Amino acid sequence: MKEELEKRVVKGPDGFEFTVDPLQDYYCAEAPKAHLPVYSKIVEGLFNWARAESIWILGFGTGCGAIEMRPLMTPRFDAYRFGVQWRPTPRQANLLMISGYLSTKTLKRAIRAYEQMQSPKYVVGLGSCTINGGMYWDSYNTIKKLDDYMPVDLFIAGCMPRPEALLAGFNELKKIIKAGKAEGANKYAENFDWYKANQKSVIKDWDMPDYNW
Amino acid sequence: MHKLYENLGKIIPLGEMTLQRANLAFITLDRRYLRSALHHLRDNEGYSHLVLLTAVDWIEEDVFQLTYLLSNRTADVDVGLRVMLPRENASMDSIHDIWPTAATYQRELREMFGIDFPNSPRVNEEFILEGWQEIPPYRRDFDTKKYSEENFAHREGRVTKDPASHMKELLYPDRGQ
Amino acid sequence: MTFEWMKIPYSLLTLFIVLNYGLLMTAIIAKIGARAGRRIGIPFYQNYIDLLKNYALRSKITHGYMFYLGPVFRLTGGIGLLLFVPTIYGSEMFSNLSFSGDLILALYFIFFGTLGMALGAGESGSPHSAIGISRGLSQVTMAELPLTLAVFAIALQYQTLSVTEIVAAQQGGILNWTLFTNPLAVVAAMLAFLGSMMRPPFDVVIAPQEIPIGPPTEYHSAYLALMQTNRVIFPVAKIVIYMNLFFGGASSWGEFAIKVFLLYLFSAFVGVAFPRFRVEQSIRFFMIWAVPIGILSILLV
Repeated sequence: MKEELEKRVVKGPDGFEFTVDPLQDYYCAEAPKAHLPVYSKIVEGLFNWARAESIWILGFGTGCGAIEMRPLMTPRFDAYRFGVQWRPTPRQANLLMISGYLSTKTLKRAIRAYEQMQSPKYVVGLGSCTINGGMYWDSYNTIKKLDDYMPVDLFIAGCMPRPEALLAGFNELKKIIKAGKAEGANKYAENFDWYKANQKSVIKDWDMPDYNW
Repeated sequence: MHKLYENLGKIIPLGEMTLQRANLAFITLDRRYLRSALHHLRDNEGYSHLVLLTAVDWIEEDVFQLTYLLSNRTADVDVGLRVMLPRENASMDSIHDIWPTAATYQRELREMFGIDFPNSPRVNEEFILEGWQEIPPYRRDFDTKKYSEENFAHREGRVTKDPASHMKELLYPDRGQ
Repeated sequence: MTFEWMKIPYSLLTLFIVLNYGLLMTAIIAKIGARAGRRIGIPFYQNYIDLLKNYALRSKITHGYMFYLGPVFRLTGGIGLLLFVPTIYGSEMFSNLSFSGDLILALYFIFFGTLGMALGAGESGSPHSAIGISRGLSQVTMAELPLTLAVFAIALQYQTLSVTEIVAAQQGGILNWTLFTNPLAVVAAMLAFLGSMMRPPFDVVIAPQEIPIGPPTEYHSAYLALMQTNRVIFPVAKIVIYMNLFFGGASSWGEFAIKVFLLYLFSAFVGVAFPRFRVEQSIRFFMIWAVPIGILSILLV
């Protein structure tokens, strides 16, 4: 645990001493809620169409698949004509692409980024390392099965899938979103304890709050 | 190369030299003479670049071998200095005052092999692994497959195929084996 | 002076037209930039979909009242700028709520949005927002100075503070435009225009690749949708002011469409050709080039 997160006694500027426990005091300790669709079917259909046609990816290249996302910004493959953009901050993104192997160190940061995204949000696993461990199936440091730790909407197989495969994957994801079946954020909130237990079993030094709001 | 071996041999007692190519040789030394050898090579022979500092785990002989690879950029010659350490409580003098970049290599060796370098800057901080409680993972007595099977959930139905025979069956099913 | 209530629905109609025009025009200019780079580019209706998606997000995180008010102030700046300046000269319907003295009010509203945004982004608590705000305010302050000097020059030249009268003085042929009667003021003002359009070379504050996007780092869903709405209204409103002050105003919607498009395209042209300046480089640029031209234009009037 980093020393600024330990529980300690602090002396304020007016000489008053108080104990502070940063993980309890500075972070919100509530569990997430499920945000279910509340509008009528037609309105939700329109919203899902808008969400599918304007997918904003978080610009976080977690593994070797990040190199397959860069060609999508170039003229040859051009993902912008499909409405796909890359955003720098998890607050504004609604798709997290786990591109390749996920070491436990990156999993902690990816969980933090995922939990800071706003609902409805989607996760796509790229490459065979997210499906069954892939090339690193016997490694001591990478996870083998991504949907134990995050709710995944789509897997794109390959080692690494080429940019054309990624574009086909975006089309598939759009179909899933338009059918109203991409409710990963609600699944995460409903099975929160199971996901959190799985995450904590592989991340040994947990120094974040339980849910990063 | 042989000239270098002679020149170095005049200052310190050396072990054997293995000449791999005309411009790459490995020389084995005792740990007490490593620092003077590094100083001589850097200051007098022009080996200004520390390429890498790595370790090999010879578990059958119960030693760690540290390899210091130096390079003379102008003459395009590399020489590697090998130091043997016992595997129990392995520790070695730090060379971060000769080359500051060695501090990073020494951090990695401390975490991955368990070789201690006292007084190297930040050598005991976590480097690549976070919250690691087992033995250092690059040691050959660490069974990574067993660790992975016990600690991570695997997906059933994982199958490994030989690519050549798999593609042959797929594309030419009627040809014989 | 009586207040004509009929002006309010007409102003809202102007706002509606300008909003749609802005959404379509920004997408088309992005498409032109993409075609210049041999890409296909976004569909021309993409801005509508982005706005709809952001409004339809189901959850929000707020950091307090000021955080919520940041985008509201910014949108107020944009809409206010549009509503207090005559859009179509000579048309009773579309002259909005302009009055004599709205030139100074226009200058005020241009800066108002940035200040409100700074307060809101500061409340969000993210260190990226804080750096972005300090950069943004210093750059915008320096970029607005040549515009203010040019406006003083114009006010001295035409002896009035009402935008409608300035437009009236420019009618009757192209050579009556301020572009030809007071070119130095126009040059200073166009340099200030480049500085505040949030495009290269002056977009280090708000570009997505720069310390995650600067002030809007923590803004999402409906807050971001408000800011995006402003991002299409505010440039058009500013271009309307520029058009009225320097390029002869518009006496019909067709002329409005063409002139606004060309002015926006001018900033896009400069934007695709240049890399970004750092903040101190852009401040130095304005101080060395734009401000002396502005001062000279006042002296020569």
